[in-house]
Amino acid sequence: MTQTTAESPTSKQRAQLKVRTLRTDRWWLVPALTFAGLMSFLIYGVWAIFDKSYFAEPYIAPFSSPCLATSCPEGARFLGLAPFGDWYGLPPGLLILGLPGGFRLTCYYYRKSYYRSFWLSPPACAVSEPHTKYSGETRLPLIIQNVHRYFFYLAVVIGAILAYDAVLAFRDEHGNWGHVGLGTIILVANAVLIACYTLGCHSCRHITAGRLNHFSRHPIRYKAWTFVSKLNARHQQFAWASMYSVMIADLYVRLVAKGVINFPFA
Amino acid sequence: MGYKAKFRVWRGEGGEGQLEDFTVEVNEGEVVLDVIHRLQATQAPDLAVRWNCKAGKCGSCSMEINGRPRLGCMTRMSTFEETETITVTPMRTFPVIKDLVCDVSFNYQKAREIPSFTPPKDVKPGEYRMQQIDVERSQEFRKCIECFMCNNVCHVIRDHDENKPAFAGPRFLMRIAELDMHPYDELDRKESAQEEHGLGYCNITKCCTEVCPEHIKITDNALIPMKERVVDRKYDPLVWLGSKIFKRSGV
Repeated sequence: MTQTTAESPTSKQRAQLKVRTLRTDRWWLVPALTFAGLMSFLIYGVWAIFDKSYFAEPYIAPFSSPCLATSCPEGARFLGLAPFGDWYGLPPGLLILGLPGGFRLTCYYYRKSYYRSFWLSPPACAVSEPHTKYSGETRLPLIIQNVHRYFFYLAVVIGAILAYDAVLAFRDEHGNWGHVGLGTIILVANAVLIACYTLGCHSCRHITAGRLNHFSRHPIRYKAWTFVSKLNARHQQFAWASMYSVMIADLYVRLVAKGVINFPFA
Repeated sequence: MGYKAKFRVWRGEGGEGQLEDFTVEVNEGEVVLDVIHRLQATQAPDLAVRWNCKAGKCGSCSMEINGRPRLGCMTRMSTFEETETITVTPMRTFPVIKDLVCDVSFNYQKAREIPSFTPPKDVKPGEYRMQQIDVERSQEFRKCIECFMCNNVCHVIRDHDENKPAFAGPRFLMRIAELDMHPYDELDRKESAQEEHGLGYCNITKCCTEVCPEHIKITDNALIPMKERVVDRKYDPLVWLGSKIFKRSGV
């Protein structure tokens, strides 16, 4: 007689379903859209870094800010500084690309999105992944993802600089304050979305008070944690919104710099 | 109005078996478990299915419905087209005993591997005093009904059986997070979460959160905070230095 208890040798086997998934919905749609969205950002980013039209007084394209090389036009230099001298001949955007790039690359939300859409690990819930082995983030290179909080600190600095650029966008091309063009609005919206994305980061949530066990002993940190938690609940939305806002703001400034869009409406 | 629904149900013992087709009556307001019970009553009296409360609170009737981990008792038939064929299989990650009933002892084994709540020796039961805001975080995790669908859907063990010894699964990593966040728990669980229970295997793809019938934010509120705590302990030289200088822990 066949035994059917948990101890039965035959019971130690999963259901031998030969198909990758039995899902009947369009599970491939979200990873496909994510792949397309992230690829469009990467392709635009590569083009933007090597494009030289990144400054149109008073706007500076976010992909090239802060501009730290002597090759930057004088008005584009961050606080007038140019620590990278004549020896530096590459696009100035390359100097700072790694900071926001590293922040997004190690972000917990983006990890989910590219693990699913690029590495298919897994492509969707309850859909088998194609890899025969899996060690996750237990060893190199993925264990490096644990550096995320350091990129967060750097991303705060970049976010502050973009906010500073947005404030400077309230000047016109002659440097007079009081100008509000479409570019000003775009740069301000971008700075706000970048701030919401950066401050809603899981590492920020941990640093404010997530690491504590006694919220009641740290009321101010608890309040900060509560605020960050609210942003964190929308982290995915802010990740996408800020990614596209930075792309739109960057493209807009380049179009102004190229003369496609002209002042005073710019 | 009732109608006849087409069902494909996994039948078999151990891992051997096949999907069998049935046509079953469905009435208004019914859930998948009701239809499975009707199937049992009318056409397949030996069909094995585990169930208990029929209210989404006992976690017994976990199964995969059209390939998605769901509770049979909480999946309304009205969410399907009347012409649709509904496929019902046992959870894929665990061995099958018979038909839709799995051997979930893996989960009990993992539960036993986690050291229990460890309060300070000088605090006696009845003397615990905690502020509401201090217990709120872990109260979310106490909603868990142990349906084990999070462990079932997690690709770390669903697609890689060989990872089972090293990985506790979302349900028990959440338990570790719950205890680590507890104001009165004295055990340091960060090192063991990473080294013994396999937190590093989690690549935060959030399937556990997607399938949780209690809507617990497993990834955002338990696994990622726990990963950050592990970073404090193992990978962040500044925090390590700070803890040496100020001699603070468990604040």
